[in-house]
Amino acid sequence: MTKTLLMASTLLAGLAGAAQADTLRLLTWGGYAPEDVVAMFEAETGHTVEVTLSNNEEMIAKLRATGGGGFDLAQPSQDRVMGPQMEFGIYKPMDVSKLNQDLFIPSMLKATMANTTVNGDVYGVPHVWGTSGLVLNTAEAGDVVKDYTDLCAPEVAGKVSYRLKRPTLIGFAFAMGEDPFAAYGDEAKYREIMEKVEAKLTECKANVKTYWGGGDELMNLVRSGEVTASMAWDTGGWKLNDDNADITFVAPASGALGWIDTFVLPAKGQSDDAAYAWINFVMQPEVAAKITAAAGNFTASAGADEFAEAGLKAKYQASFPPEAVDNIKWYPPVPAGLEAIEGEVLDRVQAAN
Amino acid sequence: MRSQSRIAFYLLLTPLVLWLGLLIVIPHIDMLLISLRERISFGVYDRSLLQYEKALTEPLYLRTFARTAVMSILATAITLIIAFPVAYYIAKMAKGRLQQVLFLLCLIPFYVSELVRTFGWMILLRETGIVSNLLQWTGLADQPVELLYTDATMMVGLVYTSMLFMVVPLVTTLESLDDSVIEAGYDLGGNGFSVLREIIIPHAMPGIVSGCIVVFMLSLGNYLTPTMLGGKDSLWFTEMIYNQFIVRSNWELGAAFGFMLLVLSSVIVWGMLALTGRTLKETMG
Repeated sequence: MTKTLLMASTLLAGLAGAAQADTLRLLTWGGYAPEDVVAMFEAETGHTVEVTLSNNEEMIAKLRATGGGGFDLAQPSQDRVMGPQMEFGIYKPMDVSKLNQDLFIPSMLKATMANTTVNGDVYGVPHVWGTSGLVLNTAEAGDVVKDYTDLCAPEVAGKVSYRLKRPTLIGFAFAMGEDPFAAYGDEAKYREIMEKVEAKLTECKANVKTYWGGGDELMNLVRSGEVTASMAWDTGGWKLNDDNADITFVAPASGALGWIDTFVLPAKGQSDDAAYAWINFVMQPEVAAKITAAAGNFTASAGADEFAEAGLKAKYQASFPPEAVDNIKWYPPVPAGLEAIEGEVLDRVQAAN
Repeated sequence: MRSQSRIAFYLLLTPLVLWLGLLIVIPHIDMLLISLRERISFGVYDRSLLQYEKALTEPLYLRTFARTAVMSILATAITLIIAFPVAYYIAKMAKGRLQQVLFLLCLIPFYVSELVRTFGWMILLRETGIVSNLLQWTGLADQPVELLYTDATMMVGLVYTSMLFMVVPLVTTLESLDDSVIEAGYDLGGNGFSVLREIIIPHAMPGIVSGCIVVFMLSLGNYLTPTMLGGKDSLWFTEMIYNQFIVRSNWELGAAFGFMLLVLSSVIVWGMLALTGRTLKETMG
């Protein structure tokens, strides 16, 4: 009798819980919502989480196609929030008071909020951050390749790979002594810099084995030894380091490029409460450390470092001596129009012979 | 009775009309409208032909466009040359069980998805791959050989991907050719070549044309094979459309590219039919 009652009451409680529970449709990157974190969140809040993996461009294209519908929380990089919002209106303002701001590293929260403010409304808060730079087989290419432009050196001919995407353009521009970020506001100047980069990349093309598209493709190329020097994310280098101690991530002389992936609310998102709950949940130091372990990158969660795995911390410190950290170039928001210039440059480089 | 059959006719027609209308015609009209506009500033657009002007004046786009068309035609021709003897053997020489087994062998690669098949080629042909190692083992090469990332590799991939679509229509038409007609050809003093030219090819023409059309369309619209096997110099037109839509967020130019591809494939198919003196009706039905 008591057993039946108990069961009935649990069932009722379950139903009541389900009535308030929402489905959180999360559009994110691989590793940012590991299964154990999702399970913990679902058990704690009763919400269910549907994860869709994507990248910056596809996230924006998906949200643009639906006018900001289909997802309740998205994670584009901070430089891709302001422009698309002004252009397509695909996000909605974030009520920062619903977030537990103590969980964030203050400087990072402040910078991201400033970079994602449109017409006085804040659209994004930081989550995961990292850098891109050089992934090298230090035994074979370590002495030659110190900066992006060294990928064009004859010693590594045919053993080089990079992406034909904007980070490559920006990285080469810095390595050539230009400051593309300072020219963001000046289209003519920016075009001039990009033309120089185009000439360099066209000249460098003979050195390149292939332009990589996905992270796994690059990992295979470097792991098999077919490629000894490449442009890639820090995590890629650290993962490869586990298999082969010679391979690691190296911050280029002109500075690694720093990105921050954010949380934003899509304009037609339907369960904002679940979205805020998710942000507050994953920014807790212990949970953030789990995400760091899965994604390989550090988060903007204050105090999560303590819980991070020692091996990863050691790799991070080896790749980033203090002066390299200060030299990280953080991506500012991309103004509209620049991507069209970059697109034309990239197309021309790919078609060049 | 008459009105009943008419109702049945419309009922049967409805799914087709809905399918074509909702999934093909309406999205294409929307695409056409997108391709005919120009971005002025944030969220402000104006009607203009700028996208087509850009697409037709920028040498890079034109070159990629032409390259894609020429390579697709070449892939179609190679597929035909390889598939014809295969189809002829299956339809005319092989008998009974062997015929079925051979046909099945052509079909088996299509049991797995295109992505897996393409990865298979990458595993075979990469520098540390099977073929490269085999060549070194037999002593034909003294260092690792990179076979990926060339136009030839891409061509192999394209031909492999579309082989079945050439073999099937060819086998079907060749099977309907009466053996006695071929014998009569030899009896009347024809040799192998003239029998092929005067009897077999004319009879197989509907199969050749429909196979060519399908293979050409598949090659032209292929995205995976050129991107994965082609490497750094291979820009395929579909890749450019993807780039404009997804990477650059430039839907206007992407839509214009899409329409150019549609026009190109229509023109080439029409040209193929005109060249062989056939109508679409004869070929398809």
